[in-house]
Amino acid sequence: METKSIMIVGVGGQGSLLASRLLGNVLLAQGFDVKVSEVHGMSQRGGSVVTYVKYGDKVYSPIIEKGEADAVISFEILEAARSLPYLKKGGKLITSTQQIDPMPVVTGAAEYPSDLEEQLRNAGVELSAVDTLSLAEQAGSAKASNVVLMGVLSSKLDFPEELWHKAVEQCVPPKFLELNKKAFELGRQAG
Amino acid sequence: MKKLMLGNDAFARGLYEAGCRFISSYPGTPSTEITESAAKYDEMYAEWAPNEKVAVEAALGASIAGARSFCGMKHVGLNVAADPLYTAAYTGVNGGLVIAAADDPGMHSSQNEQDSRHHAIASKVLMLEPSDSSECKEFTKTAFELSERFDVPAIVRLSTRVAHSQSVVELCGREEIPLKEYKKNPQKYVMMPAYARGRHVFVEERTKRLVEFAETSPLNRIEISDKAQFGVITSGAAYEYAKEALGDKASVLKLGIVNPLPVELIRDFAAKYEKIYVIEELDGVIEQHCRNIGVNNIVGKELFGFCGELSQAVVAEKILGGKREFVSLEKAVPVRPPVMCAGCPHRGLFYCLSKLGVTVSGDIGCYTLGASAPLSAMDTTICMGASISALHGFNKVRGAESEHKSVAVIGDSTFMHSGMTGLVNIAYNDSDSTVIILDNSITGMTGHQQNPTTGKNLKGDPAAAVNLEELCKAIGIRRVRVVDPYSLAETEAAIRQELAADEASVIISRRPCALLKYVKHNPPLKTDADKCRSCKKCMKLGCPAISMKDGKAVIDHTQCVGCGICQELCGFGAIVCQ
Repeated sequence: METKSIMIVGVGGQGSLLASRLLGNVLLAQGFDVKVSEVHGMSQRGGSVVTYVKYGDKVYSPIIEKGEADAVISFEILEAARSLPYLKKGGKLITSTQQIDPMPVVTGAAEYPSDLEEQLRNAGVELSAVDTLSLAEQAGSAKASNVVLMGVLSSKLDFPEELWHKAVEQCVPPKFLELNKKAFELGRQAG
Repeated sequence: MKKLMLGNDAFARGLYEAGCRFISSYPGTPSTEITESAAKYDEMYAEWAPNEKVAVEAALGASIAGARSFCGMKHVGLNVAADPLYTAAYTGVNGGLVIAAADDPGMHSSQNEQDSRHHAIASKVLMLEPSDSSECKEFTKTAFELSERFDVPAIVRLSTRVAHSQSVVELCGREEIPLKEYKKNPQKYVMMPAYARGRHVFVEERTKRLVEFAETSPLNRIEISDKAQFGVITSGAAYEYAKEALGDKASVLKLGIVNPLPVELIRDFAAKYEKIYVIEELDGVIEQHCRNIGVNNIVGKELFGFCGELSQAVVAEKILGGKREFVSLEKAVPVRPPVMCAGCPHRGLFYCLSKLGVTVSGDIGCYTLGASAPLSAMDTTICMGASISALHGFNKVRGAESEHKSVAVIGDSTFMHSGMTGLVNIAYNDSDSTVIILDNSITGMTGHQQNPTTGKNLKGDPAAAVNLEELCKAIGIRRVRVVDPYSLAETEAAIRQELAADEASVIISRRPCALLKYVKHNPPLKTDADKCRSCKKCMKLGCPAISMKDGKAVIDHTQCVGCGICQELCGFGAIVCQ
């Protein structure tokens, strides 16, 4: 099978590492060769965070370049717009509608674009925009937004549902398992 | 069992499986997780040392005592450890000694983009370079074997993409390696001139044997493609990019041993093809070696350059031509640079420095973000510890005028690493410098590692804690005081008074990192829109939780931790408790 590429993007602190590990576990359980590339350190402090997930018969490079991603999963809509060039033509763009102002917007040096969802809808990609924050809060914590998005993604990929459930169990601390299971379900239904 | 593992976790697994007994490291992105992960195996002793020089010396001591030993660091850490490394190359080892040096092409989290291979070449030690997690584990085990077989320290060179990518690893069990016998052997371990001369001869002979080994070792492998139009010589992450971009269009010589490099193996491979591309990140080390041994049908840095990371797209574009198509929005979106977190104790301190307009000699840590707008309160950042030493030099040549309006800022861990000696210099050579230690009770930037000031060791167990106040006094600084950076008034007054003093002083700005789990936060604050006069004074803090909506300040309750400095700053009482 040709290598498939999924990018997970967001703002430092939103939980993209957990999401990528969860997805990686599902793919490994499906018998794929998998590579997941993370960024740690300086860029994590409230900056744009990008994680690459690639799978197939044999994966070489762990990174994804412009025009290569089959899907982009975004925790924040400005980051979805930033990552748009990485998508293949007709690729899937799954994004939370959450907005977090970057520092240039906070200081007034730049403006947060007002009609991003509309712009993305007309960009020639398959867009799913989901209010993950509300769904996560419904599940019990705003922090479960990452697992809601994985739920949305699961509805777009043709893998057995129980693999996802197992991966959630593997990646989430037992204390928060019920909450995250609910978050996953809400995301899957919304997808 | 197959497992998806981070390169660094796989490296730690390699240490475990190889029977490593002793680990001493200093954290540094992208190497930190090797040691953190290794500390979870009870069979291995693991510690954070105050800096990389201490760590390598400790590991060398353990090696001489007969244990397989390890030391992990980032590329610039190897500069700090260079002193013991260059002589450890002479003494050689007893138990195997493996060092991880993690390069950061693209500078994701570093102050320079240096290439660690130069240290291996200059110190004449063995260097291996894995390309993925599976090789991280296997090469680590092999590095111990080779270290013992050739009596040489072995460096395993990582890069960010190898260290911080997860790929599939097959786990094996641990091989228990007993302590080797320690025999007193001054000719080997006492490097005074008479003995060191003999060891230098040994080093040169050892290099010859290592080159012979590199000619036939399976760590260097050729992958022939029948459809190849050209050859590629590569190593590390660049191998993965080359394979993905070129597929069967190229035959590949993958070098797992990057120092010393083989001679005949490269000559024979290069002779098979009209054109050879040398694909390597950062410097043209392999390329230069090829030219040195008379292999000139090569193309390398003239095509790929020296800066930043390579990728499959770069390799494809440079060799095959053409670019992938992609979509983008008409207007560029605002950038999102990293920022100090909401509630970061460094913010209040940097706000005061910014307000006072002082010259700030900076250092390495989260607080380097104080250089960014809107705080913009940093003039220099060079390397670990340089804030204090550079301030001394700055003040010595510019005199009292500078001494009264410049400070050094340095974190607690960085101060322990290499700031103390700079402070000794200030006391000993008498500059009236003002040093601010940003004591957030943790090593923050690399993801919360304990250090000698925190009272805990790597495993989280209680440990001796350095008393910073007493230490500074013992060094010879008489004016030492502690402030809480959550109080802007107290912090500003302290800075003013210490800058005015006609002697050296230390201010310890003390408040634990807001992200530490044990830190209790106040409820989030909110703004009173009726009282907000839209003066934007609170925006000068650069807090990610505060923004302007419809001309009024608003606070994001999911980020705010109630630190209260915006509340103190607001002149209209518009920021209130919920």
